[in-house]
Amino acid sequence: MEYALDIRGLRKTFPGGLEALKGIDMQVEAGDFFALLGPNGAGKSTTLGVLASLVRKTAGQVRVFDADLDTDPARLKTWLGFVPQEFNFNQFEKVGDIVRTQAGYYGMAPARAALNAERYLRELGLWDKRNSPARMLSGGMKRRLLIARALVHEPRVLILDEPTAGVDIELRRSMWGFLERINREGVTIILTTHYLEEAEALCRNIAIIDGGRILQHTSKQALLQQLSMEHFILDIRNDPGTLPQLEGYHCFRNDEGALVVEVEKEDGLNDVFRQLGEQGWEVTSMRNRSNRLEELFMSLVGRSLPASEEEESA
Amino acid sequence: MTPYQIWIAFMTIVVREVRRFTRIWPQTLLPPAVTMTLYFVIFGNLIGSRIGPMEGYDYMEFIVPGLIMMSVITSSYANVVSSFFSMKFQRSIEELLVSPTPNWVILTGYLAGGMARGLIVGFVVMLVSLAFTTLEFYSPVLVVTTALLTSLVFSLGGFINAMFATKFDDISIVPTFVLTPLTYLGGVFYSINLLDPFWQGLSMANPILYMVNAFRYGVLGASDVGPVWAIAMLVVFAVVLFTVSLRLLDRGKGIRS
Repeated sequence: MEYALDIRGLRKTFPGGLEALKGIDMQVEAGDFFALLGPNGAGKSTTLGVLASLVRKTAGQVRVFDADLDTDPARLKTWLGFVPQEFNFNQFEKVGDIVRTQAGYYGMAPARAALNAERYLRELGLWDKRNSPARMLSGGMKRRLLIARALVHEPRVLILDEPTAGVDIELRRSMWGFLERINREGVTIILTTHYLEEAEALCRNIAIIDGGRILQHTSKQALLQQLSMEHFILDIRNDPGTLPQLEGYHCFRNDEGALVVEVEKEDGLNDVFRQLGEQGWEVTSMRNRSNRLEELFMSLVGRSLPASEEEESA
Repeated sequence: MTPYQIWIAFMTIVVREVRRFTRIWPQTLLPPAVTMTLYFVIFGNLIGSRIGPMEGYDYMEFIVPGLIMMSVITSSYANVVSSFFSMKFQRSIEELLVSPTPNWVILTGYLAGGMARGLIVGFVVMLVSLAFTTLEFYSPVLVVTTALLTSLVFSLGGFINAMFATKFDDISIVPTFVLTPLTYLGGVFYSINLLDPFWQGLSMANPILYMVNAFRYGVLGASDVGPVWAIAMLVVFAVVLFTVSLRLLDRGKGIRS
Protein backbone atom coordinates (compact mmCIF):
# COMPACT_ATOMS: atom_id res chain seq x y z
CA MET A 1 0.00 0.00 0.00
CA GLU A 2 1.37 3.41 -0.96
CA TYR A 3 1.04 6.14 1.61
CA ALA A 4 0.63 9.72 0.50
CA LEU A 5 1.33 10.74 4.08
CA ASP A 6 3.07 8.76 6.77
CA ILE A 7 3.51 10.36 10.19
CA ARG A 8 5.25 8.46 12.99
CA GLY A 9 5.75 9.65 16.54
CA LEU A 10 5.22 13.32 15.71
CA ARG A 11 5.75 15.59 18.68
CA LYS A 12 5.72 19.34 19.00
CA THR A 13 6.51 21.30 22.11
CA PHE A 14 6.35 25.07 21.74
CA PRO A 15 8.76 27.40 23.52
CA GLY A 16 7.19 27.88 26.92
CA GLY A 17 6.44 24.22 27.28
CA LEU A 18 3.06 23.80 25.57
CA GLU A 19 3.03 20.24 24.27
CA ALA A 20 0.78 20.52 21.23
CA LEU A 21 1.48 17.10 19.71
CA LYS A 22 2.22 14.12 21.93
CA GLY A 23 3.41 11.47 19.54
CA ILE A 24 1.08 11.30 16.57
CA ASP A 25 0.95 8.33 14.21
CA MET A 26 -1.16 8.83 11.12
CA GLN A 27 -1.16 7.33 7.66
CA VAL A 28 -3.12 8.50 4.64
CA GLU A 29 -3.33 6.30 1.58
CA ALA A 30 -2.57 7.68 -1.85
CA GLY A 31 -5.77 8.95 -3.46
CA ASP A 32 -7.64 9.16 -0.17
CA PHE A 33 -10.04 11.88 0.92
CA PHE A 34 -9.10 12.18 4.57
CA ALA A 35 -10.41 14.31 7.44
CA LEU A 36 -8.56 15.30 10.58
CA LEU A 37 -11.15 16.30 13.13
CA GLY A 38 -10.79 17.80 16.56
CA PRO A 39 -11.85 20.68 18.78
CA ASN A 40 -9.94 23.95 19.02
CA GLY A 41 -6.49 23.42 20.50
CA ALA A 42 -6.51 19.71 19.67
CA GLY A 43 -3.42 19.92 17.47
CA LYS A 44 -4.96 19.91 13.99
CA SER A 45 -3.40 23.13 12.75
CA THR A 46 -0.08 22.30 14.39
CA THR A 47 -0.02 18.97 12.56
CA LEU A 48 -0.79 20.65 9.24
CA GLY A 49 1.73 23.38 10.06
CA VAL A 50 4.46 20.77 10.44
CA LEU A 51 3.49 19.23 7.10
CA ALA A 52 3.60 22.64 5.43
CA SER A 53 7.01 23.44 7.00
CA LEU A 54 5.56 26.39 8.90
CA VAL A 55 5.98 24.71 12.27
CA ARG A 56 9.17 22.88 13.22
CA LYS A 57 8.58 19.50 14.79
CA THR A 58 10.25 18.53 18.03
CA ALA A 59 10.48 14.82 17.18
CA GLY A 60 9.09 12.19 14.86
CA GLN A 61 9.12 11.34 11.20
CA VAL A 62 7.02 12.82 8.38
CA ARG A 63 7.00 11.40 4.88
CA VAL A 64 4.97 12.47 1.86
CA PHE A 65 5.14 9.62 -0.65
CA ASP A 66 8.86 8.81 -0.68
CA ALA A 67 10.09 12.24 0.44
CA ASP A 68 11.17 12.65 4.06
CA LEU A 69 10.76 16.02 5.79
CA ASP A 70 14.21 15.77 7.38
CA THR A 71 16.25 14.50 4.47
CA ASP A 72 14.41 15.75 1.40
CA PRO A 73 12.26 18.73 2.40
CA ALA A 74 12.32 20.37 -1.04
CA ARG A 75 10.75 17.35 -2.75
CA LEU A 76 8.24 16.94 0.06
CA LYS A 77 7.19 20.56 -0.41
CA THR A 78 6.83 19.99 -4.15
CA TRP A 79 4.33 17.17 -3.53
CA LEU A 80 2.22 19.32 -1.19
CA GLY A 81 -0.28 22.09 -1.75
CA PHE A 82 -1.36 23.93 1.40
CA VAL A 83 -4.57 25.89 1.93
CA PRO A 84 -4.28 27.75 5.25
CA GLN A 85 -7.15 28.70 7.48
CA GLU A 86 -6.43 32.42 7.22
CA PHE A 87 -5.97 34.61 4.16
CA ASN A 88 -2.21 34.90 3.91
CA PHE A 89 -1.73 36.56 0.55
CA ASN A 90 -0.78 40.15 -0.15
CA GLN A 91 -4.13 41.92 -0.27
CA PHE A 92 -2.76 44.55 -2.67
CA GLU A 93 -1.55 42.11 -5.31
CA LYS A 94 -3.67 41.12 -8.26
CA VAL A 95 -5.38 37.74 -8.15
CA GLY A 96 -3.61 36.47 -11.27
CA ASP A 97 -0.21 37.65 -10.04
CA ILE A 98 -0.66 35.86 -6.70
CA VAL A 99 -1.30 32.52 -8.38
CA ARG A 100 1.41 32.86 -11.06
CA THR A 101 3.96 34.04 -8.50
CA GLN A 102 3.29 30.99 -6.35
CA ALA A 103 4.02 28.74 -9.33
CA GLY A 104 7.30 30.61 -9.79
CA TYR A 105 8.32 29.82 -6.21
CA TYR A 106 8.08 26.15 -7.18
CA GLY A 107 10.35 26.75 -10.17
CA MET A 108 7.58 26.43 -12.73
CA ALA A 109 8.36 28.09 -16.07
CA PRO A 110 6.30 31.26 -16.68
CA ALA A 111 4.38 29.88 -19.68
CA ARG A 112 3.24 26.79 -17.81
CA ALA A 113 2.54 28.84 -14.69
CA ALA A 114 0.26 31.11 -16.73
CA LEU A 115 -1.59 28.11 -18.18
CA ASN A 116 -2.09 26.48 -14.79
CA ALA A 117 -3.13 29.76 -13.21
CA GLU A 118 -5.76 30.25 -15.91
CA ARG A 119 -7.02 26.68 -15.51
CA TYR A 120 -7.55 26.88 -11.76
CA LEU A 121 -8.82 30.45 -11.74
CA ARG A 122 -11.39 29.45 -14.35
CA GLU A 123 -12.36 26.27 -12.51
CA LEU A 124 -12.81 28.16 -9.28
CA GLY A 125 -14.76 30.99 -10.90
CA LEU A 126 -12.08 33.66 -10.41
CA TRP A 127 -10.86 34.22 -13.97
CA ASP A 128 -12.91 37.39 -14.35
CA LYS A 129 -11.23 38.72 -11.20
CA ARG A 130 -7.66 37.98 -12.32
CA ASN A 131 -6.76 41.67 -12.63
CA SER A 132 -8.47 42.72 -9.39
CA PRO A 133 -6.48 43.29 -6.20
CA ALA A 134 -7.11 40.45 -3.76
CA ARG A 135 -8.60 42.84 -1.20
CA MET A 136 -11.52 43.48 -3.57
CA LEU A 137 -12.66 39.84 -3.42
CA SER A 138 -15.47 38.56 -1.23
CA GLY A 139 -14.68 36.13 1.58
CA GLY A 140 -15.75 33.13 -0.48
CA MET A 141 -13.64 34.26 -3.44
CA LYS A 142 -10.62 34.67 -1.18
CA ARG A 143 -11.07 31.08 0.02
CA ARG A 144 -11.17 29.90 -3.59
CA LEU A 145 -8.07 31.96 -4.36
CA LEU A 146 -6.24 30.09 -1.59
CA ILE A 147 -7.21 26.81 -3.27
CA ALA A 148 -6.15 27.98 -6.75
CA ARG A 149 -2.81 29.13 -5.34
CA ALA A 150 -2.25 25.79 -3.60
CA LEU A 151 -2.99 23.80 -6.76
CA VAL A 152 -1.09 25.83 -9.33
CA HIS A 153 2.12 23.79 -9.00
CA GLU A 154 0.18 20.52 -9.45
CA PRO A 155 0.70 18.93 -6.03
CA ARG A 156 -0.05 15.25 -5.38
CA VAL A 157 -1.43 16.00 -1.92
CA LEU A 158 -3.70 18.93 -1.10
CA ILE A 159 -3.95 19.93 2.55
CA LEU A 160 -6.81 22.21 3.57
CA ASP A 161 -7.17 23.77 7.00
CA GLU A 162 -10.86 24.61 7.49
CA PRO A 163 -11.44 25.27 3.77
CA THR A 164 -15.11 26.16 4.04
CA ALA A 165 -15.10 28.11 7.30
CA GLY A 166 -17.43 31.07 6.99
CA VAL A 167 -18.54 30.12 3.49
CA ASP A 168 -22.24 30.07 2.62
CA ILE A 169 -23.96 26.76 1.93
CA GLU A 170 -24.19 27.18 -1.84
CA LEU A 171 -20.51 27.99 -2.20
CA ARG A 172 -19.59 25.23 0.25
CA ARG A 173 -21.40 22.70 -1.92
CA SER A 174 -19.66 23.92 -5.06
CA MET A 175 -16.28 23.71 -3.29
CA TRP A 176 -17.13 20.15 -2.23
CA GLY A 177 -17.84 19.31 -5.86
CA PHE A 178 -14.54 20.80 -6.95
CA LEU A 179 -12.57 18.94 -4.27
CA GLU A 180 -14.30 15.65 -5.13
CA ARG A 181 -13.38 16.15 -8.78
CA ILE A 182 -9.68 16.81 -8.19
CA ASN A 183 -9.67 13.85 -5.79
CA ARG A 184 -11.05 11.67 -8.60
CA GLU A 185 -8.23 13.01 -10.79
CA GLY A 186 -5.77 11.51 -8.31
CA VAL A 187 -4.98 14.26 -5.81
CA THR A 188 -4.95 13.01 -2.23
CA ILE A 189 -6.91 15.37 -0.03
CA ILE A 190 -6.44 15.93 3.68
CA LEU A 191 -8.67 18.43 5.40
CA THR A 192 -9.60 19.68 8.80
CA THR A 193 -13.08 20.97 9.30
CA HIS A 194 -15.47 22.09 11.98
CA TYR A 195 -18.36 20.89 9.84
CA LEU A 196 -18.73 17.20 10.62
CA GLU A 197 -21.37 17.05 7.93
CA GLU A 198 -18.58 18.01 5.52
CA ALA A 199 -16.33 15.19 6.70
CA GLU A 200 -19.21 12.74 6.54
CA ALA A 201 -20.16 13.79 3.02
CA LEU A 202 -16.67 13.90 1.52
CA CYS A 203 -14.17 11.75 3.38
CA ARG A 204 -13.44 8.05 3.23
CA ASN A 205 -11.11 7.97 6.22
CA ILE A 206 -11.06 10.00 9.37
CA ALA A 207 -8.76 10.67 12.30
CA ILE A 208 -10.01 12.34 15.46
CA ILE A 209 -7.42 14.25 17.44
CA ASP A 210 -7.69 15.77 20.89
CA GLY A 211 -5.10 16.98 23.37
CA GLY A 212 -2.32 16.30 20.89
CA ARG A 213 -3.20 12.62 20.56
CA ILE A 214 -5.05 10.66 17.89
CA LEU A 215 -8.14 9.15 19.49
CA GLN A 216 -9.51 7.37 16.42
CA HIS A 217 -7.97 6.65 13.05
CA THR A 218 -10.13 4.54 10.80
CA SER A 219 -12.56 4.55 7.90
CA LYS A 220 -15.69 6.65 8.06
CA GLN A 221 -17.82 3.52 7.74
CA ALA A 222 -16.07 1.85 10.66
CA LEU A 223 -16.55 4.98 12.73
CA LEU A 224 -20.22 5.22 11.92
CA GLN A 225 -20.74 1.57 12.77
CA GLN A 226 -19.71 2.43 16.30
CA LEU A 227 -22.89 4.39 16.66
CA SER A 228 -25.50 2.43 18.53
CA MET A 229 -28.31 4.82 17.71
CA GLU A 230 -29.72 5.99 14.40
CA HIS A 231 -31.63 9.22 13.94
CA PHE A 232 -34.45 9.45 11.42
CA ILE A 233 -36.06 12.67 10.30
CA LEU A 234 -39.74 12.20 9.54
CA ASP A 235 -41.90 14.46 7.42
CA ILE A 236 -45.46 14.43 8.71
CA ARG A 237 -48.58 15.34 6.74
CA ASN A 238 -50.35 18.25 8.44
CA ASP A 239 -47.62 18.26 11.08
CA PRO A 240 -49.12 19.60 14.36
CA GLY A 241 -45.65 20.60 15.60
CA THR A 242 -46.04 18.64 18.83
CA LEU A 243 -44.30 15.42 19.84
CA PRO A 244 -46.01 12.02 19.51
CA GLN A 245 -46.02 9.63 22.49
CA LEU A 246 -43.74 6.84 21.27
CA GLU A 247 -43.24 4.13 23.85
CA GLY A 248 -39.62 2.94 23.92
CA TYR A 249 -38.31 5.69 21.64
CA HIS A 250 -36.91 9.12 22.19
CA CYS A 251 -38.16 11.78 19.80
CA PHE A 252 -37.56 15.51 19.52
CA ARG A 253 -37.75 18.44 17.13
CA ASN A 254 -34.53 19.51 15.36
CA ASP A 255 -33.47 23.10 14.62
CA GLU A 256 -35.71 23.20 11.55
CA GLY A 257 -38.65 21.95 13.58
CA ALA A 258 -38.73 18.55 11.88
CA LEU A 259 -39.60 15.47 13.91
CA VAL A 260 -36.58 13.29 14.74
CA VAL A 261 -36.89 9.78 16.16
CA GLU A 262 -33.95 8.02 17.80
CA VAL A 263 -33.92 4.26 17.14
CA GLU A 264 -31.59 1.51 18.36
CA LYS A 265 -29.52 0.34 15.41
CA GLU A 266 -30.70 -3.28 15.74
CA ASP A 267 -34.36 -2.32 16.00
CA GLY A 268 -36.62 -2.07 12.99
CA LEU A 269 -38.87 0.86 12.22
CA ASN A 270 -42.16 -1.07 12.00
CA ASP A 271 -43.01 -0.43 15.63
CA VAL A 272 -42.38 3.30 15.24
CA PHE A 273 -44.68 3.51 12.24
CA ARG A 274 -47.32 1.38 14.01
CA GLN A 275 -47.38 3.68 17.04
CA LEU A 276 -47.43 6.81 14.87
CA GLY A 277 -50.29 5.38 12.79
CA GLU A 278 -52.31 4.53 15.88
CA GLN A 279 -51.95 8.14 17.06
CA GLY A 280 -53.03 9.51 13.68
CA TRP A 281 -49.61 10.70 12.48
CA GLU A 282 -49.09 10.13 8.74
CA VAL A 283 -45.44 9.91 7.65
CA THR A 284 -44.97 11.21 4.08
CA SER A 285 -41.17 10.76 3.83
CA MET A 286 -38.17 9.84 5.92
CA ARG A 287 -34.37 10.35 5.82
CA ASN A 288 -31.29 9.68 7.93
CA ARG A 289 -29.86 12.54 9.91
CA SER A 290 -26.68 13.40 8.00
CA ASN A 291 -24.29 14.65 10.69
CA ARG A 292 -24.04 11.37 12.55
CA LEU A 293 -20.34 12.00 13.11
CA GLU A 294 -21.28 14.74 15.52
CA GLU A 295 -22.61 12.16 17.96
CA LEU A 296 -19.57 10.00 17.66
CA PHE A 297 -17.30 12.98 18.03
CA MET A 298 -19.07 14.02 21.21
CA SER A 299 -18.78 10.55 22.65
CA LEU A 300 -15.04 10.52 21.93
CA VAL A 301 -13.93 13.97 23.01
CA GLY A 302 -16.74 14.74 25.40
CA ARG A 303 -17.78 17.96 23.66
CA SER A 304 -19.02 19.10 20.28
CA LEU A 305 -17.08 21.08 17.72
CA PRO A 306 -17.49 24.82 18.03
CA ALA A 307 -19.29 26.57 15.23
CA SER A 308 -16.80 29.42 15.14
CA GLU A 309 -13.83 29.51 12.80
CA GLU A 310 -11.33 30.71 15.36
CA GLU A 311 -7.85 29.35 14.98
CA GLU A 312 -6.78 26.88 17.58
CA SER A 313 -4.44 28.30 20.18
CA ALA A 314 -1.72 25.75 19.56
CA MET B 1 15.18 21.99 -7.35
CA THR B 2 17.23 22.12 -10.51
CA PRO B 3 19.44 25.17 -11.19
CA TYR B 4 16.87 26.32 -13.77
CA GLN B 5 14.03 26.05 -11.24
CA ILE B 6 16.13 27.93 -8.69
CA TRP B 7 16.71 30.66 -11.27
CA ILE B 8 12.96 30.90 -11.92
CA ALA B 9 12.24 31.12 -8.19
CA PHE B 10 14.91 33.81 -7.79
CA MET B 11 13.59 35.84 -10.71
CA THR B 12 10.03 35.45 -9.43
CA ILE B 13 11.03 37.13 -6.16
CA VAL B 14 12.99 39.85 -7.95
CA VAL B 15 10.21 40.62 -10.42
CA ARG B 16 7.69 40.67 -7.60
CA GLU B 17 9.84 43.12 -5.63
CA VAL B 18 10.48 45.39 -8.61
CA ARG B 19 6.78 45.29 -9.50
CA ARG B 20 5.96 46.28 -5.93
CA PHE B 21 8.18 49.36 -5.72
CA THR B 22 7.37 50.53 -9.25
CA ARG B 23 3.63 50.13 -8.58
CA ILE B 24 3.94 52.55 -5.66
CA TRP B 25 6.50 54.85 -7.33
CA PRO B 26 5.07 58.03 -5.77
CA GLN B 27 6.11 56.56 -2.41
CA THR B 28 9.37 54.93 -3.47
CA LEU B 29 11.01 56.65 -6.43
CA LEU B 30 9.66 60.19 -6.43
CA PRO B 31 10.36 61.38 -2.84
CA PRO B 32 14.16 60.89 -2.99
CA ALA B 33 14.29 62.84 -6.25
CA VAL B 34 12.30 65.71 -4.72
CA THR B 35 14.31 65.71 -1.47
CA MET B 36 17.64 65.64 -3.25
CA THR B 37 16.56 68.44 -5.58
CA LEU B 38 15.93 70.55 -2.47
CA TYR B 39 19.36 69.60 -1.10
CA PHE B 40 20.99 70.65 -4.37
CA VAL B 41 19.11 73.94 -4.45
CA ILE B 42 19.54 74.88 -0.78
CA PHE B 43 22.90 73.39 0.21
CA GLY B 44 24.52 73.32 -3.20
CA ASN B 45 23.38 76.58 -4.75
CA LEU B 46 22.22 78.95 -2.02
CA ILE B 47 24.46 78.03 0.93
CA GLY B 48 27.23 76.36 -1.08
CA SER B 49 28.02 79.55 -2.98
CA ARG B 50 28.88 81.20 0.35
CA ILE B 51 30.81 78.23 1.72
CA GLY B 52 33.25 78.21 -1.14
CA PRO B 53 35.37 75.26 -2.29
CA MET B 54 35.71 72.08 -0.23
CA GLU B 55 38.95 70.09 -0.58
CA GLY B 56 39.64 72.01 -3.76
CA TYR B 57 36.28 71.28 -5.35
CA ASP B 58 33.23 73.45 -5.87
CA TYR B 59 30.86 72.72 -2.95
CA MET B 60 28.13 71.44 -5.27
CA GLU B 61 30.61 69.04 -6.88
CA PHE B 62 31.70 67.90 -3.43
CA ILE B 63 28.25 67.04 -2.06
CA VAL B 64 26.78 65.38 -5.18
CA PRO B 65 28.51 61.97 -4.68
CA GLY B 66 27.49 61.94 -1.01
CA LEU B 67 23.88 62.76 -1.77
CA ILE B 68 23.70 60.05 -4.42
CA MET B 69 25.08 57.56 -1.87
CA MET B 70 22.61 58.80 0.72
CA SER B 71 19.74 58.00 -1.68
CA VAL B 72 21.15 54.56 -2.44
CA ILE B 73 21.54 53.78 1.28
CA THR B 74 18.09 54.86 2.41
CA SER B 75 16.24 53.37 -0.58
CA SER B 76 17.95 49.96 -0.42
CA TYR B 77 17.34 49.71 3.29
CA ALA B 78 13.75 50.93 3.10
CA ASN B 79 12.81 48.56 0.30
CA VAL B 80 13.86 45.36 2.01
CA VAL B 81 12.78 46.28 5.53
CA SER B 82 9.31 47.39 4.46
CA SER B 83 8.68 44.65 1.93
CA PHE B 84 9.89 41.75 4.05
CA PHE B 85 8.23 43.00 7.22
CA SER B 86 4.95 43.54 5.36
CA MET B 87 5.11 39.94 4.16
CA LYS B 88 5.78 38.82 7.72
CA PHE B 89 2.97 40.96 9.06
CA GLN B 90 0.43 39.74 6.47
CA ARG B 91 1.85 36.22 6.73
CA SER B 92 2.25 36.14 2.96
CA ILE B 93 5.84 35.10 3.69
CA GLU B 94 4.24 31.66 4.14
CA GLU B 95 3.83 31.54 0.36
CA LEU B 96 7.60 31.27 0.18
CA LEU B 97 8.09 29.10 3.25
CA VAL B 98 5.80 26.33 2.00
CA SER B 99 7.59 26.29 -1.36
CA PRO B 100 10.85 24.44 -2.05
CA THR B 101 12.71 27.72 -2.70
CA PRO B 102 15.94 27.49 -0.66
CA ASN B 103 16.53 30.14 1.99
CA TRP B 104 19.60 31.53 0.25
CA VAL B 105 17.47 32.15 -2.85
CA ILE B 106 14.80 33.91 -0.77
CA LEU B 107 17.51 36.10 0.76
CA THR B 108 19.27 36.91 -2.51
CA GLY B 109 15.92 37.63 -4.19
CA TYR B 110 15.05 40.23 -1.58
CA LEU B 111 18.56 41.68 -1.70
CA ALA B 112 18.34 42.00 -5.48
CA GLY B 113 15.02 43.83 -5.08
CA GLY B 114 16.51 46.22 -2.53
CA MET B 115 19.59 46.81 -4.67
CA ALA B 116 17.43 47.45 -7.72
CA ARG B 117 15.48 50.18 -5.93
CA GLY B 118 18.62 51.69 -4.38
CA LEU B 119 20.44 51.81 -7.72
CA ILE B 120 17.44 53.15 -9.65
CA VAL B 121 16.95 55.92 -7.07
CA GLY B 122 20.70 56.65 -7.14
CA PHE B 123 20.55 56.91 -10.92
CA VAL B 124 17.54 59.24 -10.78
CA VAL B 125 19.30 61.48 -8.23
CA MET B 126 22.40 61.50 -10.42
CA LEU B 127 20.27 62.66 -13.36
CA VAL B 128 18.76 65.40 -11.18
CA SER B 129 22.26 66.50 -10.13
CA LEU B 130 23.16 67.07 -13.77
CA ALA B 131 20.80 70.04 -13.71
CA PHE B 132 23.08 71.68 -11.12
CA THR B 133 26.60 70.52 -11.98
CA THR B 134 28.62 68.42 -14.39
CA LEU B 135 29.80 64.95 -13.49
CA GLU B 136 33.02 63.58 -14.91
CA PHE B 137 33.60 60.14 -13.48
CA TYR B 138 37.22 59.65 -12.48
CA SER B 139 36.73 55.85 -12.16
CA PRO B 140 33.40 54.48 -13.44
CA VAL B 141 34.37 50.99 -12.24
CA LEU B 142 34.82 52.27 -8.69
CA VAL B 143 31.55 54.20 -8.88
CA VAL B 144 29.61 51.11 -9.96
CA THR B 145 31.38 48.80 -7.49
CA THR B 146 30.78 51.14 -4.57
CA ALA B 147 27.14 51.66 -5.48
CA LEU B 148 26.55 47.91 -5.82
CA LEU B 149 28.28 47.03 -2.55
CA THR B 150 26.61 49.85 -0.64
CA SER B 151 23.15 48.90 -1.84
CA LEU B 152 23.93 45.26 -0.97
CA VAL B 153 25.11 46.10 2.56
CA PHE B 154 22.07 48.24 3.31
CA SER B 155 19.66 45.76 1.78
CA LEU B 156 21.15 43.24 4.18
CA GLY B 157 20.72 45.72 7.03
CA GLY B 158 17.07 46.15 6.09
CA PHE B 159 16.58 42.41 5.96
CA ILE B 160 18.00 41.88 9.46
CA ASN B 161 15.86 44.72 10.78
CA ALA B 162 12.76 43.11 9.24
CA MET B 163 13.60 39.70 10.72
CA PHE B 164 13.73 41.14 14.24
CA ALA B 165 10.82 43.58 13.84
CA THR B 166 7.56 42.60 15.46
CA LYS B 167 5.61 45.82 14.80
CA PHE B 168 5.71 48.65 12.30
CA ASP B 169 7.43 50.96 14.82
CA ASP B 170 10.41 48.61 14.79
CA ILE B 171 11.13 49.21 11.13
CA SER B 172 11.39 52.97 11.52
CA ILE B 173 13.59 53.06 14.63
CA VAL B 174 16.85 52.06 12.92
CA PRO B 175 16.45 54.38 9.90
CA THR B 176 15.51 57.32 12.13
CA PHE B 177 17.90 56.91 15.02
CA VAL B 178 20.84 55.09 13.45
CA LEU B 179 20.91 55.39 9.68
CA THR B 180 20.10 59.08 9.30
CA PRO B 181 22.61 60.34 11.91
CA LEU B 182 25.36 58.10 10.53
CA THR B 183 24.64 59.31 7.00
CA TYR B 184 24.70 62.98 7.96
CA LEU B 185 27.89 62.46 9.96
CA GLY B 186 29.43 60.30 7.22
CA GLY B 187 31.06 63.13 5.30
CA VAL B 188 28.22 63.81 2.88
CA PHE B 189 28.29 67.57 3.45
CA TYR B 190 31.85 68.11 4.72
CA SER B 191 35.35 66.73 4.65
CA ILE B 192 36.42 65.10 7.89
CA ASN B 193 39.69 67.05 7.53
CA LEU B 194 37.68 69.99 8.89
CA LEU B 195 37.22 68.15 12.19
CA ASP B 196 39.45 67.97 15.26
CA PRO B 197 41.59 64.81 15.43
CA PHE B 198 39.28 63.28 18.06
CA TRP B 199 36.18 63.67 15.89
CA GLN B 200 38.13 62.57 12.86
CA GLY B 201 39.04 59.34 14.65
CA LEU B 202 35.46 58.84 15.75
CA SER B 203 34.24 59.42 12.22
CA MET B 204 36.48 56.61 11.02
CA ALA B 205 34.25 54.20 12.98
CA ASN B 206 31.29 55.22 10.85
CA PRO B 207 30.89 52.70 8.00
CA ILE B 208 28.97 55.17 5.87
CA LEU B 209 32.04 57.39 5.73
CA TYR B 210 33.84 54.70 3.71
CA MET B 211 30.98 54.30 1.26
CA VAL B 212 30.58 58.03 0.68
CA ASN B 213 34.32 58.51 0.26
CA ALA B 214 34.80 55.55 -2.05
CA PHE B 215 32.01 56.85 -4.24
CA ARG B 216 33.39 60.38 -4.10
CA TYR B 217 36.79 59.06 -5.11
CA GLY B 218 35.20 57.31 -8.09
CA VAL B 219 33.57 60.57 -9.18
CA LEU B 220 36.16 63.21 -8.26
CA GLY B 221 39.37 61.20 -7.89
CA ALA B 222 39.92 62.49 -4.35
CA SER B 223 38.50 61.67 -0.91
CA ASP B 224 39.26 61.49 2.81
CA VAL B 225 39.69 57.70 2.84
CA GLY B 226 41.57 55.48 0.38
CA PRO B 227 39.21 53.64 -2.00
CA VAL B 228 40.85 50.22 -1.56
CA TRP B 229 40.39 50.33 2.21
CA ALA B 230 36.80 51.50 1.73
CA ILE B 231 35.95 48.69 -0.69
CA ALA B 232 37.57 46.12 1.60
CA MET B 233 35.41 47.35 4.48
CA LEU B 234 32.28 47.10 2.33
CA VAL B 235 33.12 43.51 1.34
CA VAL B 236 33.65 42.54 4.98
CA PHE B 237 30.35 44.13 5.99
CA ALA B 238 28.55 42.36 3.16
CA VAL B 239 29.95 38.92 4.07
CA VAL B 240 29.20 39.28 7.78
CA LEU B 241 25.68 40.62 7.28
CA PHE B 242 24.87 37.99 4.64
CA THR B 243 25.95 35.23 7.03
CA VAL B 244 23.84 36.69 9.85
CA SER B 245 20.81 37.12 7.57
CA LEU B 246 20.96 33.59 6.26
CA ARG B 247 21.35 32.23 9.78
CA LEU B 248 18.27 34.13 10.92
CA LEU B 249 16.29 32.84 7.96
CA ASP B 250 17.41 29.27 8.59
CA ARG B 251 16.34 29.58 12.21
CA GLY B 252 13.02 31.01 11.06
CA LYS B 253 13.32 33.97 13.41
CA GLY B 254 9.79 35.35 13.77
CA ILE B 255 8.45 33.45 10.75
CA ARG B 256 8.30 29.78 11.81
CA SER B 257 7.07 28.46 15.14
